[in-house]
Order: sequence, then structure tokens, then C-alpha cells
Amino acid sequence: MDSITIDTINPKVLKCEYAVRGEIVTIAQKLQQDLKDNPGSHPFDEILYCNIGNPQSLAQQPITFFREVLALCDHPSILDKSETQGLFSADAIERAFQILDQIPGRATGAYSHSQGIKGLRDTIASGIEARDGFPADPNDLFLTDGASPAVHMMMQLLIRSQNDGILCPIPQYPLYSASIALHGGTLVPYYLDEQTGWGLEISELEHQLNTAKSNGIDVRALVVINPGNPTGQVLGEANQREIVEFCKKEGLVLLADEVYQENVYVPDKKFHSFKKITRSMGYGEKDISLVSFQSVSKGFYGECGKRGGYMEITGFSPEVREQIYKLASVNLCSNISGQILASLVMSPPKVGDESYESFSAEKEAVLSSLARRAQALQDALNSLEGVTCNRAEGAMYLFPRINLPDKAIKAAEVAKTAPDAFYAKLLLNATGIVVVPGSGFRQVPGTWHFRCTILPQEEKIPAIVSRLTEFHKKFMDEFCG
Amino acid sequence: MSKPLDYENLNENVKKCQYAVRGELYLRASELQKEGKKIIFTNVGNPHALGQKPLTFPRQVIALCQAPFLLDDPNVGLIFPADAIARAKQFLAMTSGGLGAYSDSRGIPGVRKEVAEFIERRDGYPSDPELIFLTDGASKGVMQILNSVIRGPSDGILVPVPQYPLYSASIQLLGGSLVPYFLEETANWGLDINDLRQSVAQARFKGITVRAMVIINPGNPTGQCLSVANLKQIIQFCHQENLVLLGDEVYQQNIYQDERPFISARKVLLDMGPPISKELQLVSFHTVSKGYWGECGQRGGYFEMTNIPPKAVEEIYKVASISLSPNVPGQIFMGLMVNPPKPGDISYDQYVRESKGILESLRRRAHMMTDGFNSCRNVVCAMYSFPQIRLPPRAIEAANKLGKAPDVLYCLRLLEATGISTVPGSDIELDYHGDEDATDPGEKIVNPPWYVVGRVFTDKFINPKSLSDAMGKAWRLGEGMAVRELENNVFIF
Repeated sequence: MDSITIDTINPKVLKCEYAVRGEIVTIAQKLQQDLKDNPGSHPFDEILYCNIGNPQSLAQQPITFFREVLALCDHPSILDKSETQGLFSADAIERAFQILDQIPGRATGAYSHSQGIKGLRDTIASGIEARDGFPADPNDLFLTDGASPAVHMMMQLLIRSQNDGILCPIPQYPLYSASIALHGGTLVPYYLDEQTGWGLEISELEHQLNTAKSNGIDVRALVVINPGNPTGQVLGEANQREIVEFCKKEGLVLLADEVYQENVYVPDKKFHSFKKITRSMGYGEKDISLVSFQSVSKGFYGECGKRGGYMEITGFSPEVREQIYKLASVNLCSNISGQILASLVMSPPKVGDESYESFSAEKEAVLSSLARRAQALQDALNSLEGVTCNRAEGAMYLFPRINLPDKAIKAAEVAKTAPDAFYAKLLLNATGIVVVPGSGFRQVPGTWHFRCTILPQEEKIPAIVSRLTEFHKKFMDEFCG
Repeated sequence: MSKPLDYENLNENVKKCQYAVRGELYLRASELQKEGKKIIFTNVGNPHALGQKPLTFPRQVIALCQAPFLLDDPNVGLIFPADAIARAKQFLAMTSGGLGAYSDSRGIPGVRKEVAEFIERRDGYPSDPELIFLTDGASKGVMQILNSVIRGPSDGILVPVPQYPLYSASIQLLGGSLVPYFLEETANWGLDINDLRQSVAQARFKGITVRAMVIINPGNPTGQCLSVANLKQIIQFCHQENLVLLGDEVYQQNIYQDERPFISARKVLLDMGPPISKELQLVSFHTVSKGYWGECGQRGGYFEMTNIPPKAVEEIYKVASISLSPNVPGQIFMGLMVNPPKPGDISYDQYVRESKGILESLRRRAHMMTDGFNSCRNVVCAMYSFPQIRLPPRAIEAANKLGKAPDVLYCLRLLEATGISTVPGSDIELDYHGDEDATDPGEKIVNPPWYVVGRVFTDKFINPKSLSDAMGKAWRLGEGMAVRELENNVFIF
């Protein structure tokens, strides 16, 4: 018997799941290959990936200024050439010089400090302060290969055994459930209220906390995703204050996933960081332990492939901070280019900078397009029979609820698949549209959803809408009779 | 008020884990650096931080990939050669949206194909791109594989002593057990298969299921290459004992002698033919951080799986997908490393010149270090010297009083006196008095051999006598070490 087999592999690996790149995507890839080998073999010409928040894979353009600076930092020897000035904007060149001066020997190929290059952390801290109106300490920052590794680090620190629980929103982004499973902990669910636009009720938090405690679970932390994924809601300030009080009272670490902070589409909501909220309540280091996660993958920059991000940790003792540093050091450091990008995201061109106009125009174009697409898809989904869809206030997703007829649910049982996965697979096979079944995010039992991104190109939205509408009508006709 | 996450209620595995490369010595060195003291960091394999220049061609290609709008500019040819432009276009075509899109969670298929072709050219056997996963540095790959293997504290992983502390740190974090096997310093850090058997027997006696064996070839910190005979023995041993062989081969480009070239574990395995070539489970690791590329900051790496069953591969893929994808620029660096400019390409001559320059310089420095150390025979590969220094009894006493291992104290004093930052051997080698029963518990070891890892570079003038005096003052040496200036401020201890 071999040493690594399905029978001898770490059971935590077997237990964890990540639907965003799960079964439905594998099927989609097979279909895509079919289309390549055998055009016309399916009732659609292309696969439309609406499963993953990966904007640049769907033709979203990167922010020019950011890429200029990154290119110069990757190849600094061209900075001294006169021809470079003809190819790059002056402020990008200036910014590259500034960044390179913060890197010893301008060596972007060297491992940096394990928390990230100090000068870049200074820049990010200033950016956080400009955003919130409260100071940030560069020593509180850990630059990571995307936000995900930072989440894993916190789970590793917090989870000692199965008896340690982490409160997570349901529906949730499955990084959390997967990470908790990998680290051997227990996910303690708290349900967001679909009827009230995915509202987060403190009474629900209290109820779930107490239930967990009575089951012998030591609840260590509360995960809040704001703006929400997959649900897209943006928390109101009052709600945020309640959450802070709750964590303080119950002695929970607040894990604030804020990667969609630049994705807010509705005029009646605004993003406020939890750091800002806690400080504005007069709470400091002694009052609450808070970890805030940010990424370069979302917003209007959508630089997923770069793997850039950070966590800002406040309210932890020096001994714990030492341990966090130690964990970070085992991997030496995050990729330098991603670190540079994180500093650019948190400190973009300002009014008066040469690139400011074009930067603003690019930013506005992306954000307004996202808002339009969100609206178009939302309207389309709400027009379908038996489907209700809360508005996407932020993030990049719609999470419609489908009222599946009994006949469909029975057919799903026979096919040994969850009803929403059953629907999603049929949708894929009929239209080439890839969505992620709601069961991948968890949901109130007995309800069915799917997550669809708002990212396909604007020109493709009408086709998506019509194909989806057509499919849904046929599906309901078939399974309602 | 007690905090929700306090030292007391933190995951025990995190507390126990240690990573010396950036441990106490490094922190003290960083403190001194902040105070304005000039520090020479020889603690970590980080070539660009010590003045090694990046190769030009990959930086040109990646810059073009970062800023694809350059490709449309008529003047791009003024500062980028045509083959870099062509290569950038090729890579961009392989991606699904340029550098800014998550790739396949295993890495860009086109790059994995380049890696497979490299492996085939190197070893003479075909390699399957589907079994090659790109990772954010080799370290992440090591963690992923160990995470698949380790189920709990009774799962043991054989790790060489001395070792690169990523292994001890990862095993601790994952809640497994480290089973040491000792390399023979007097036999060129080679491996005696009987020692290996003994290590496994001892572990099993303690109720540990030994699951895997790590070999670091070329070695870190020891610098040796394993002989083919040794590799064969190891492979047979793993096969007999039902272990997965984990081959850390990140230094395969750092060979400084001609007598013993690098031969991959996979080649040796496949040369041995069936049944063993079809049964022995092997995972091989490589990186862009070492060799003559030294692109540590890019975090580019891969692992290649041999004889791992499809369902297990699927699970490993699933875990990779949770992190979405490795960073795309790092993947492109890997593609460039395994598939560099060829004869006839515009950039070929420059590429060869730059690469040779770096390798020859590393070779010179390796030999300088070797010739100078008294108790080392040959330092043949990798980037490290692992000299043994005999410390006088009073030094050991002083260390004990401070609660520090003697070589840690030595390294700290060396740092304060000279600004040279190193890694003490006891952080790389297991503590004789620690958890492992390497010796009788009651035995007191007097005058043990202690080790210091170091490589000395400076571009400032140093007065050899002053340096010698400074160290002499620090230690009041009765016997100990020789200090020699070889040339131009390069010293050997």
C-alpha cells in the first residue's frame, strides 16, 4: 500500500471543500474542451464563467498607472534610459524611484522583511489613515500573497482543536469553512437574514454563540465579510457598532474581511472600515482585538493573479504579535511585486498628479460598469418565475434564491446531487453559463441559491440574460407540471 | 482585561514551532541595523540582497507582461530586445487575462508544459504537466505536501540533521513528529543507510508511523550532493518501508565541482526500472529563488509528483484551489528559468555571460570558504558553509549561565563585534538535550562540536588585524579558529 493514497491522506484535507473551483467548474472545463475539439457539439458557442471573482479573465483592463510602476520596479535598469520617458508617464517613473529607494539595493528579487518592505508598509499605513481618519501603525501590517494566506494564519493561531469555534456568516465565502476544516476547528454559523437584505442581527449572533457554548465549543472569533460575499450587502454603521460591542463583550477576535471595500454600488450605503468604527467609538488597543484583511484582487483594480494583500492587526499583546511574526517568517516573505501593488492600491494618484485624470477615468469606468451590470443581472433574475434576488450593494456577486418545485428536488435526490447543484448543472449544459450552487456557500436549510458574478463583459450581458431566461422557463415548465 | 487571543490560548503548535533563519539572531541583527550599525547578512540564501544582480532577460520579459500596452508602442524596441517582446507575447497568450487574472490553481498549463519539457531534457524521461503544480515558492509546496501526509502527532517525517528549518517548523505547525536521521560530517555529509534504519526503528518503537523522508539535495546547510549510490539506497529504503520520498532539489543549479554533478531523485528512480520505478512515491521540489537566478522575492516554485494515485492528486489540487492560484509573475519567472534563451536568440549571449558570471563567482567563493575552514573537507554545492568550531569550556559555561546554546552566544558576539549575521548550528541541528533521544538522557556532553553557518562578504575595507583582535577579545581563545585574509577584504574563520 502506498504512503499517500485516498485512505491515508490527512482527513482534514478530505473534509475541506471549495466550491468556487469545484465540481461545476470541472464540468465546464470538459465542455469547453468539447467545444474546442468539436464545434457545434453543444447548444452554445462558449462557456461563460460566472463562478469566480476574477475580473481580468473577463477582459477587465488593469489600471495603467499601477502597471507602469510595477513594470519599472521589475526592470529598474531602464529607469536611467532617456527612451523610458517616452514610454512611461513621469509620475509613474517618479513613484518607481520612490519605491525602489525603499528597497535595500533596489533589489526587488530579494526576500524582504517578513512583514513586508518597511517603506511600503509606511505608505499603506498612511493610506489607511487617509481612508479612516485614524492613525495606522506600519508595524501592525503583514503583507501577504493575497488576503487568503493571512486568513489561514489567523485560523492557525486561533484553532487549537475541534473545540475551538469560529463564528462565520451563512452564506459565507468558502475560504472560511475550508480553512477552519483544514486547521481542525469548528465553524459556528450565524445566519444572515435574506428578508432584510442579508441583515446581520446581533440576536442571531448571541443565539448561535450561546448554542455553541452549551455544546462545549470555545468560540474564539467572529468573521464579518463587509461588503459581503456572496451576499453583497454593505453593513450600516449602527450595525457595525453593535458588532464591535458584541465582540468586546464576548471576548472575540473580530476578523474583518474588507477586500471589497472599493466595490459599493448604491448611493445609500458607504463602506466604513471596522478599524474606523472601533476608533470612532473610542476603543483602542486595550479594548478590542481586530484583524482587517485587504487585497489587490478586487475593487476596481482586480489584480487577482498578483497575489497581493495584507492584514492589519490591532489589540494583540506583544507575545502574540511575536508568534504572528514567527508564522510569517516561516514563509520568509510575500512576493515583492504584490507588496508594491498593495502600496499603490492604498496610495493611488492624487489630484494634481500627472496620471490622476486618466487614473480616475479608468477607475470610474470600471466601477460604473460594475454597477450597471449588477443592476441588469439583478433585474433579469428578479423577473424569473420563483426567483428573488437581493440587490448587490457591493462586492461582485448576485445570490438569487430559487424556489425549486418539488419535482425538481426529487429529481435531484435521484441524481444524488443537491437541488441547487442540479439546477446549476442543467443550466451549464443548456447555456454554457457557469454559476456556483448556493450549497457551496451554505444557506438556510431548505432554501436554494446560486452565486453569479457580475463580471462578464457588458456586451455579453444581454445574451446571458436571454439564455438564462429561456433556460429557466423551460426548467420550470418541465418540473412544475 | 485578558485578551481573546493571548499567548496562553494560542495554538500550541505555533508556540512550539521555530524558524531560526529569521529567529533571535536575525532580530538582534535587525535591531543593530536600525541603530545604524553595518550588518552583513549571511543568515539566509538571499543573493540579490548581497549585490547579485538579476538576470536581464527575465526582467525585460516580466516588465513587458506587466505593462502590455508597451507592446503596442512603436518605440518599445528602443529599450526591449525583440526576443523579450516575443516571449512576453507568448506568455500573455498562455494566460487567461494577463498577469492580473487567477490562473489554473495548478499554474498556467503552458508554463507547466515548459517545466515538464525541462525535466525531460534534464533527466531523459518524459514528465507529465498534469502532475506538476506551480506554487508561491517551493516552501508553500512543501507545506502543501506535508499537510497531505501528516494526520496527527503519530505521523513522523524523516528529516536530515542538519536540516533547513522549514521542515522542522512545518512539521511542528502541522502537528506531526520530526524523525531525525543524521548525516555523516566526516563522510562528506553522506548518508549511512544503517543510521537511517536505526532512526526509523527508534521512531516506530515510540509508536510513530513514519510516513515520508525528506532529502535535501544539494544539501542545506551542508552543501553536499548525494552520490548516485546513496540515492539508490534511499529510494530502495523508502520503497521497502513504504515512505513517500520528498526531494528538495532547489539548489540543483548550484554545483561548484565537476566530480559529482546533480542527478535528480526522479532520474535515479526511473533508471532503476520497474517495479520500483512505478511504485515508489516521490515529490520533487524546485524554485526560482536559488541557482544563479536568485529571484527569491518573486516566490516562484513547483513540485512534481511521481506515482501519486489520481484521487490523492485530486485532493492536493482541491487544497491548492482554496488559495486560488500561485502568483502569475512568479509562474512566468519559472517558465523563463526552465526555458531560457537558446543559441541564436538575440539575448542568448548576454544570458550566458550573466549566468556564467554568477555561477563562477559563487564557485570561487565556495572554494575560498572551503580552503579556509579547518575542520571541513569539501564544500561542494549549494550556498552555505557549515563549519565546525570547537568552543572552549569557559565559553560554554558562560553560555549556559545565560541560558543560551553556546553557538547562539558565539553568533551573537560575532554579530556585535563584526556586524556579520549568521545562523547558529543548534538552530539547524537538533538540540542534543532536547526531545529526541539522540543520546542517553543522563549523559553530560562536555566540549561538544559546535557549528556556525556563515559566508563573509564586504565591500568595505577591513583591517585584518582589527578583525582578528575584535574576535579574540570576544572569546579569549585558548584554541579555536584561524582567521585568514584571502584577498580584498574576504576573510575566512
